[in-house]
Amino acid sequence: MTVSATPAASTDDVVLQAVKLTKHFPVRRSASQLFGKSRAIHAVDSVDIVLRRGRVTALVGESGSGKSTVAKLLSQLERRTSGDIRLHGESVSVHGGRPFRQYVRKVQMIFQDPFASLNPTHTVRYHLTRSLRIHGNAGKSGADLQRALDALLTRVNLTPPERYIDKFPHELSGGQRQRVAIARALGADPEALLADEPVSMLDVSIRLGILTLLRDLKERLSLAILYITHDIASARYFADDTLVMYAGQMVEGGDSESVTQNPAHPYTRLLIEAAPDPDRIEAAEASGLAGDRAAGEPPSLIDPPPGCRFNPRCPYVMDICRVETPQHFVVGDSAGHWAACWLFDASIPKQPETHAPAVQA
Amino acid sequence: MKQPVLEIKNLNVDYGLGDNAVHAVREVHLTLHKGEVLGLAGESGSGKSTLAYGLTRLLPPPGIVAGGQVLYHAPSGDVVDVLRLSDSELRAFRWSEVSIVFQGAMNSLNPVHKVSTQLMDVIKAHEPGLSRDARLARARELLKLVGISADRLDSYPHQLSGGMRQRVMIGMALALEPQVVIMDEPTTALDVVMQRQILRQLVDLRERLGFSVIFITHDLSLLVEFSDRIAIMYGGRIVEEAEAHEIYRNPLHPYSEGLLRSFPALRGPKREVKGIAGSPPDLRSMPSGCSFHPRCPRAFEPCPDVLPILGPPDGYTLDTRTVACHLHPATIAVGAKEPVG
Ligand SMILES: Nc1ncnc2c1ncn2[C@@H]1O[C@H](COP(=O)(O)OP(=O)(O)OP(=O)(O)O)[C@@H](O)[C@H]1O
Ligand SMILES: Nc1ncnc2c1ncn2[C@@H]1O[C@H](COP(=O)(O)OP(=O)(O)OP(=O)(O)O)[C@@H](O)[C@H]1O
Ligand SMILES: [Mg+2]
Ligand SMILES: [Mg+2]
Repeated sequence: MTVSATPAASTDDVVLQAVKLTKHFPVRRSASQLFGKSRAIHAVDSVDIVLRRGRVTALVGESGSGKSTVAKLLSQLERRTSGDIRLHGESVSVHGGRPFRQYVRKVQMIFQDPFASLNPTHTVRYHLTRSLRIHGNAGKSGADLQRALDALLTRVNLTPPERYIDKFPHELSGGQRQRVAIARALGADPEALLADEPVSMLDVSIRLGILTLLRDLKERLSLAILYITHDIASARYFADDTLVMYAGQMVEGGDSESVTQNPAHPYTRLLIEAAPDPDRIEAAEASGLAGDRAAGEPPSLIDPPPGCRFNPRCPYVMDICRVETPQHFVVGDSAGHWAACWLFDASIPKQPETHAPAVQA
Repeated sequence: MKQPVLEIKNLNVDYGLGDNAVHAVREVHLTLHKGEVLGLAGESGSGKSTLAYGLTRLLPPPGIVAGGQVLYHAPSGDVVDVLRLSDSELRAFRWSEVSIVFQGAMNSLNPVHKVSTQLMDVIKAHEPGLSRDARLARARELLKLVGISADRLDSYPHQLSGGMRQRVMIGMALALEPQVVIMDEPTTALDVVMQRQILRQLVDLRERLGFSVIFITHDLSLLVEFSDRIAIMYGGRIVEEAEAHEIYRNPLHPYSEGLLRSFPALRGPKREVKGIAGSPPDLRSMPSGCSFHPRCPRAFEPCPDVLPILGPPDGYTLDTRTVACHLHPATIAVGAKEPVG
């Protein structure tokens, strides 16, 4: 049995949706490769994603698997190769000009990297004022603007605001810079927030503050939030749903607690196993477990492996995995939990030794 | 007997001059030993990057080293003060003796050159005698080391993901087989599988090549796993230093304890995660006494007035464990005594 990533219920809540989203980056051939077919980096292949009002969806997965590309496609910063993007059910394809500004007002992106996203020649005040103005949230008077600026800085815990407002990016620490970038996105007062590793440069205590803030915003402003992260524990705590990406494809999805506590896809299991855990040091060293299991290289995206893209590294690989791409199969432990893995196709008989450890219902 | 590679003595770094100066690093004493991974943790703005740039003399203006020494023990046995090297000596020192992976380094790749060209240039600078083919092979090897498939050698930086660029920078830092590698948040953009793989490689390489690592990150759980010793910074000062597992099992400074408690747990039942109350201090108006006292749940009578000295608490010596906290008073201050040897 297969499931679609979008349960039929409560479609009114859907803010942003992608259907079979695909992005291939062409590769220029060098002189030595003049023969052969044209090649491309398969950065995103046939990805479905749904962002709902008042929900945080975490997107985790391997570095280079296409998470940022998904966010850039959703924010229309990058043109899709194929597939569809729908805002409130309507297919959108806008690039530049007024329609583009209207779209980005509703769909704001926070970038992975605060060092690149702020202009070094401008102050915090300039960045935030510009965002408030472009999106019509600067108010009517200078006093309105000042209030809005103070509120933005306060929201991201840069307090007291006057300590930060006239600083240049280079006068701020890495973490402080990222908070300015977040404040700038909030300046648009968006409906959907695409946050690409918004906290990876922040230390734990501030990270907690920002994540609590994101959760708060989703509740108070009913924001639909895509939260791209490498910190799976934070996905467990702050995201309602979690999606896992590997080599350009979604491999697992479901509510965050099920995905993190009961991972089904062998890649997700590897990911969860590899998370830092000081309590486990001695145990892991004794068994060599995490170290060995982490072996194997990420696949080439120019020439991705046929079938399931994880098959060359998978400890449970079966013949079919090398040939056919798995659809989304129901895992069965909680509603909506699925995995793109042949192990969960009930119709395939499995050898006992290739059987995945049972997933508890 | 552990041999020191880098000895940082009473290092002070300011941004700006005179009354406007911000004291971002204060009276830091720290020793990195041969073959050791020294972790440096602390909240955003605590001065970790400033310390790293200060000791390699890579401070961006208006940063200046306001005092102190950084003694480098070369493999030849020579000891030099990095802060007194001439410009040409300094150029040789960087990269081949000490290499640094900057925070946000993924943006320091040159956008107009292929990854292969940039890696090969670094290798060429170090080993001019190598043939083009040998350099290409080495570049390929370095990419493999950091988990990037060889068919991406011809990629330009903008064609790589953030984590892939970060990995290229790590590969570059290792290309020259330096004595000391300083990594400032090197793996923030990596998934945990990759992160573990790269750090494991680094630890293996270190055992083979004998270099030392200063590993800066706010991810204390990662530090506990991968470093030998950990130093915790607060408001520009080191407030605790000990073996990694000791910091984890038995943090003495309430700030270290707070840092450890502020992680959400991936495993086990969900629990309420408490950060550290309040926010980091303003370097322009530091609290009196112990600068952590306004946020400290265990502050008592001397804390607002008296700056606690960093030194060994009861039962420890200068080179096993130090802490700057009135709860664990030290009798001798780090730096008060010349280290032996
Ligand atoms: N402009 C581009 N041209 C060519 N290839 C690209 C381009 N942008 C991204 N890619 C490739 O697409 C793939 C996915 O990249 P993406 O940045 O989406 O990964 P990611 O999952 O965000 O990784 P990370 O966790 O490291 O940030 C990578 O192989 C990357 O090299
Ligand atoms: N060019 C500068 N001018 C003035 N102050 C600066 C400058 N650069 C950094 N600072 C200040 O120095 C302090 C230390 O900054 P530093 O970047 O070393 O912190 P960090 O511990 O590395 O933080 P993070 O974890 O956010 O990277 C911060 O309070 C910062 O605002
Ligand atoms: Mg990314
Ligand atoms: Mg830093």
